[in-house]
Amino acid sequence: MDLGPHAAFIWMSYAAVAVVIGGLAAWLIADGRRQQAALKALEQRGVRRRSAGSDGSETNAAERRS
Amino acid sequence: MQTLTQRLANPTRFMQLSAKLLPVFAGAAAAVILYGLYLVFFVSPADYQQGETVRIMYIHVPSAWLAMMAYGLVALSSFGLLVFRHPLADVSAKAAVPIGAAFTFLALFTGSLWGKPMWGTYWVWDARLTSVLVLFFLYLGLMALRSSVEDENLAAKLTAVLALVGVTLLPIIKFSVDWWNTLHQPSTGFTSTVDPSMRWPLLVMAVGFSLLFFALHLKAMRNEVLRRRVKALRMADVARRDTNAEPVAAE
Repeated sequence: MDLGPHAAFIWMSYAAVAVVIGGLAAWLIADGRRQQAALKALEQRGVRRRSAGSDGSETNAAERRS
Repeated sequence: MQTLTQRLANPTRFMQLSAKLLPVFAGAAAAVILYGLYLVFFVSPADYQQGETVRIMYIHVPSAWLAMMAYGLVALSSFGLLVFRHPLADVSAKAAVPIGAAFTFLALFTGSLWGKPMWGTYWVWDARLTSVLVLFFLYLGLMALRSSVEDENLAAKLTAVLALVGVTLLPIIKFSVDWWNTLHQPSTGFTSTVDPSMRWPLLVMAVGFSLLFFALHLKAMRNEVLRRRVKALRMADVARRDTNAEPVAAE
């Protein structure tokens, strides 16, 4: 594929998008895992949310009322 | 009868729904962007004036569009927080800011790389470029303001007010190319100003980038809900330990 005399500008643009979006996605995935791990560690110590069942399953307020 | 927004006001229900939607958005975004890249590099022609550099348009225009759409979402969510006190409004606003900042940076960066071979310069201080740079700084300001206030509720309200004030920037960006003389080309009219051979790849990339934005936003919102749960549990844990320790301290 010949992108002409300005190929470097085109490739740098696409590389920037790949790096920024890839970095953002990787950061979000890592952050999600970190939060999940922290939540799990707390639950293993017996700290639970009111909406969490004894088996760790979740119910919402409407379900708790019924 | 609950409205959709009322139904989604329950974070647990949001987590259940978003867990199903996230892979759909992410998968669709990947498929559409891959198809778009095929069109961009193997189907669409070079421009008669700009030559091959027109291929930067296929990522620059969607990035610029998302930079503004993300800010619109931040402003809408901020309105939802201040007026309706929707429990997920601040989560949505907080999640959208870094993603919007990333797309704004990409719009500036790819525009600069497109400008050098076309205009002979990476940057000019004209209305369109400068107003988008101000948008980027506004995103950074929203993040800085939120992180500088320790009380999360207060931080959310202050950030929401700033976001609503900043929304005045959107029409300035949009119409800057009409109101002032600028090196930047006029607004891209998807149905009129782009040749059909380039319009379809541009539309496909715009749809793909939009799907990607919603996937990233959903993921960021899920992370924020989890972060708030972790914080609430830690506080409950500390309170429980303090309660247990009290009789010992009294003795």
